[in-house]
Amino acid sequence: MRQWRFEVFNRPGFSDVHGTSTFEDIQELGINTVEAVQSAKVFLIEGEFDEDFAGRVGRELLTDSVCEEYYIGRSKAPAGLAKATLIEVHLKSGVTDPVAQSVMAAVGDMGVSVDNVRTARKYILLGEITQSQTDTIAKKILSNDCIEDCIIGDEAEPPSPHLKPYELEIVKWPIRELDGDALIALSKEKDLFLNLVEMQTIQKYYQELGREPTDVELESLAQTWSEHCVHKTLKSSVDMELWHGLPAREDTAKMAVPQHIHFDNLLKETVFKATKQLDKKWCISVFADNAGVVEFDEESAVCFKVETHNRPSALDPYGGAATGIGGVIRDPMGTGMGAVPIANTDIFCFGPPDKKLEDIPKGVLHPRRIMKGVVAGVRDYGNRMGIPTVNGAIYFDERYLGNPLVYCGNIGLMDKDKCFKNPQTGNIIIVVGGKTGRDGIHGATFSSGEITHEYETIFSHAVQIGNPITEKKMLDVLVQANKAGLYEAITDCGAGGLSSAVGEMGSELGAEVDLEKVPLKYAGLNYSEIWISEAQERMVIAVKPENVKAIIKIFDDENVESTIIGKFTDDKKLILRYNGQQVCELDMDFLHNGVPKYSRKAVWESPQLAEPSIHEKDSYNDELLQILSSYNVASKEWVIRQYDHEVQGSSVVKPLTGVNNDGPSDAAVIRPKFDSDRGLAISCGMNPLYGDIDPYWMALAGIDEAIRNLICVGGRADRIALLDNFSWGNCAKPETFGPLVRAAQACYDGAMAFEAPFVSGKDSLNNEFACEDGRKISIPSTLLISAISIVDDVNKCVTMDAKKASNLLFIVGETKNELGGSHYYKVKGHIGASVPKVDLRTAPKIAGKICAAIAEGLIAGCHDCSEGGLAVALAEMAFAGGLGIEADLRGLPKSKDCSRIDTQLFSESNSRYVVEVELEKYDAFAKLMLNLPFGQIGKITREKTLVIKTEEGKTVIDMDIDSLKQAWQKPFDW
Amino acid sequence: MKQVRAIVLRAAGINCDMETEHALELAGAKAERVHINRIIEDKNMLDEYQIIVFPGGFSYGDDVAAGKILANQVVHHLREPLEKFIDDGKLVLGICNGFQVLVKTGILPGNGSANHQEEVTITDNDSGKFEDRWVYLAPQTEKCIFIEPGRQIYLPIAHAEGKVVTKDAATLENLKSAGQVAFKYVDKNGNEGDYPINPNGSMESIAGLTDTTGRVMGLMPHPERFVRPSQHPHWTRLRGTRDEGRGTRESDGMTIFNNAVKYIKENL
Repeated sequence: MRQWRFEVFNRPGFSDVHGTSTFEDIQELGINTVEAVQSAKVFLIEGEFDEDFAGRVGRELLTDSVCEEYYIGRSKAPAGLAKATLIEVHLKSGVTDPVAQSVMAAVGDMGVSVDNVRTARKYILLGEITQSQTDTIAKKILSNDCIEDCIIGDEAEPPSPHLKPYELEIVKWPIRELDGDALIALSKEKDLFLNLVEMQTIQKYYQELGREPTDVELESLAQTWSEHCVHKTLKSSVDMELWHGLPAREDTAKMAVPQHIHFDNLLKETVFKATKQLDKKWCISVFADNAGVVEFDEESAVCFKVETHNRPSALDPYGGAATGIGGVIRDPMGTGMGAVPIANTDIFCFGPPDKKLEDIPKGVLHPRRIMKGVVAGVRDYGNRMGIPTVNGAIYFDERYLGNPLVYCGNIGLMDKDKCFKNPQTGNIIIVVGGKTGRDGIHGATFSSGEITHEYETIFSHAVQIGNPITEKKMLDVLVQANKAGLYEAITDCGAGGLSSAVGEMGSELGAEVDLEKVPLKYAGLNYSEIWISEAQERMVIAVKPENVKAIIKIFDDENVESTIIGKFTDDKKLILRYNGQQVCELDMDFLHNGVPKYSRKAVWESPQLAEPSIHEKDSYNDELLQILSSYNVASKEWVIRQYDHEVQGSSVVKPLTGVNNDGPSDAAVIRPKFDSDRGLAISCGMNPLYGDIDPYWMALAGIDEAIRNLICVGGRADRIALLDNFSWGNCAKPETFGPLVRAAQACYDGAMAFEAPFVSGKDSLNNEFACEDGRKISIPSTLLISAISIVDDVNKCVTMDAKKASNLLFIVGETKNELGGSHYYKVKGHIGASVPKVDLRTAPKIAGKICAAIAEGLIAGCHDCSEGGLAVALAEMAFAGGLGIEADLRGLPKSKDCSRIDTQLFSESNSRYVVEVELEKYDAFAKLMLNLPFGQIGKITREKTLVIKTEEGKTVIDMDIDSLKQAWQKPFDW
Repeated sequence: MKQVRAIVLRAAGINCDMETEHALELAGAKAERVHINRIIEDKNMLDEYQIIVFPGGFSYGDDVAAGKILANQVVHHLREPLEKFIDDGKLVLGICNGFQVLVKTGILPGNGSANHQEEVTITDNDSGKFEDRWVYLAPQTEKCIFIEPGRQIYLPIAHAEGKVVTKDAATLENLKSAGQVAFKYVDKNGNEGDYPINPNGSMESIAGLTDTTGRVMGLMPHPERFVRPSQHPHWTRLRGTRDEGRGTRESDGMTIFNNAVKYIKENL
């Protein structure tokens, strides 16, 4: 068999964008001796064809004859350029190569079938570089060690991808005789992440059975009992020790004796409890399925899920983020009888992008590289799926350096009468979509431990490789199969792979699976790897025997792989076989309910913090510019534009708005059905800085912010559904878990006050990075609140940009002396103590009234006050609208202790809305706001300047809007 | 012609088929989304339709190059029926990835027949990245039936490979003189300019091309994404103004679909 090698270069005169961007990345690394980078595509095609046909493949398929040229064989370094270094980047064997698959099919379309195709990238670096620089470039820029190999020089060929077939060998992991230490050692050695009590519980189970477990049995248990899958920490019983007053009380003095609070099940008694007590009719399925389901209209429902994909993204930012979004898209697809994805959200937390390279701990990628990779991953997967990415946020903090957070969310639309699954005994188990490989093994378990500097090497196998087109094809056929009513249940293969999908679907029934039937990407996988692989783009469905033929035809018609792998039984046992030999027999009840119950200790003691002393100034222009230019506040246009936020044709309020389409929208609104003006508003809220002072108020601020954002665009105040995503440090430490308990208490209080139930949630714990020197960096307590609401008529939506000169500006909501955790303090290097609180009596009233005013068409523009306070909100409204604002703090409703000008300008008090109203609508608006704290604070002008005057008439801010906008856009002008 | 029938092509990775079908239906056509495998199985199928749209998306993941794998499939399996479709006086529209496919098959700017002689290609944006942004488009020809002469329109682009490049200067001149440049990117006042006015670095700001018959058009921007007023990026500023896109002045994207349906009604 001959292997043909094709190399495809850009013709001279046509810009090589990949080479150029690589060159820029090398310069960013601080290597200045590289003068230029040339990139080429490499195709290795194995097949029986002649020179003529090879020429056709090169010319007609692989090359764009206008701007590219190809070589057959290996090109040498360009003549005359003696100082060229050649580096080729190949995928490691077994890693999915979608381009290769497409090329194989395309050569087939040309009439010749080929045996194998591989692709690679080739880089020619021009300039004087040392061996160690070459290695650095290869490792840090050109390749990712988890999935790729670099070949330096022009001689070596990549290793053959052919793997040996697997021969069955049943492996037992004896545990019945082990003592405690040996049990722990086994758990560690096999990456099970099970603790002693869990290992002992399993030991007892096998002692009673009178046999030893097989490897796949222990793997299944480890995976099903992982933190990632069962949330054992959040469901544990908790003894909480509080050294300060109850959250709702104002006193912060330390008590002589701590107060104790006990929870039998933390989640059930906080987040779930609010949902249960509120008992909203429009909540269809909450905390039960892959996503929370709420009513959309008479016929339809929407479901929403947000997941984290932190650890994979730390190792492989591109692949980790791509599979993060790919995975969460499958949650709505696997909710009820399956939803159609209609929107993506993403929220990231990174280390500061300007961090010096030498300050990056070993084993960690530079935050800028992580950010670029993560954005590209979400972009490529989301865009290729044809799902608009409509809402998000990015936060920066030193403590995310070793542990970036990547939250991906997806919303799906489904028929209201198809919100529940009904798998039955006798149903056939079919796996649909991608093939199974060795990728992502131990993803569920490894996401439950801490990250160390060696983690890169140890857990490279946990990285999953995504192929969005496989998922899109699968979605296309599943929609048809769902419409035809051909299956009884569906779920996705997420964390834990088939083990989790089949295990959950069959938990009340029992299941038998023949593992050798599962289609594989390549030979050599053993039965255990097949069962727990987290290879992407796979779903499992339960089909009545009489529907099997019809459903498989739907899949075949569009070249989507589907395979019968087993059936659901009635003996409540999980039976796995390989070539007819039983390799696993577990009781479903033990698998799903056997996990021991935890009890945890938590302690909360307020940090000793004080307000900084800052002199008052005559002008705050500089502070405003600094805040606008701080990474958290600055424009994220560089990111947003890389996402397709308009595919599906549903967009109403886009993430960027205003006269030049570049102002920051508060929330997104989509109109998901072609024949209806009903819309869906989508937002988020998060502020880890407040958590450093008090996570209770951080959580409430997040809830208030997410809700404010929805209200600002026209979302209904009485149809808000919330999602929680806790990302925390090591919760085995009572002082880390205490803040989480406080945040959970706030979730209950906030949900009850706003009558906004939580419908789904997820947690990611143990987000700690262990440095080489043993130092541990824990992330700040980070609670993401995502929110959705209904918009009755999208034609009434409102955006945040200033609309018309002479319109009046109001602020609704009280400004208080609450600069703690503010961006004003942050740019001055302080944290402070007076964290913004939420007045749970007033906040929902304000939200309700603003919502009513928008519905009545009284509001021309509305923007929430959040990071940077009133001054930043006014600046954003002005430059988004291309108009000026003249504001006057005389009308500002404020608390008695809010006398300082900097506090009035930059306090981040919650529940505040800046509202633009036309003159003729003033009376109606004022009437509606009666009895609420509100005041006129100025008007829109033609002047293109932002002027803010104090009560005494002194001008404290006077800036032209172009300078403000420039300051806001500059940090991410990448 | 009583009922105008349109096919919206589906294939792995195409993802703008639903909204394209919707836009055609709004224009009065009966539109159907059909998978390419069905057309390959039954090549006479196209006889029943008068419009075929190659919609946006990432056909086959844009592997090798944008639109390339689908173009290869079309060339090797559907070349004849498509040639006949065009010869019969029917309409072909390619949007974004569909435009890339039409160019990579040679159907555009071709003379109505698919061939491998690439005179024009669409390649990586100069910015090196995918971008979603709104652009103004000025029509450049009177011969293309999809275009409303003299009406500058505003539409979103969303692509990473949209830079139109010709083999040489002569090819470019020929396209211009033959009236095959459909749209150019311009600013609000109708003037050409650099990035972001020309969002991808296309030669002479070319945003779309038509063939010699004027019945085949491809363009990078997405007309199907602006078929009702609330899709305009600052529609909340336009309430009650002429530009809002209500009443007699339809939303800009609809001009293309309306013209297509009208042409079939009047000519076939």
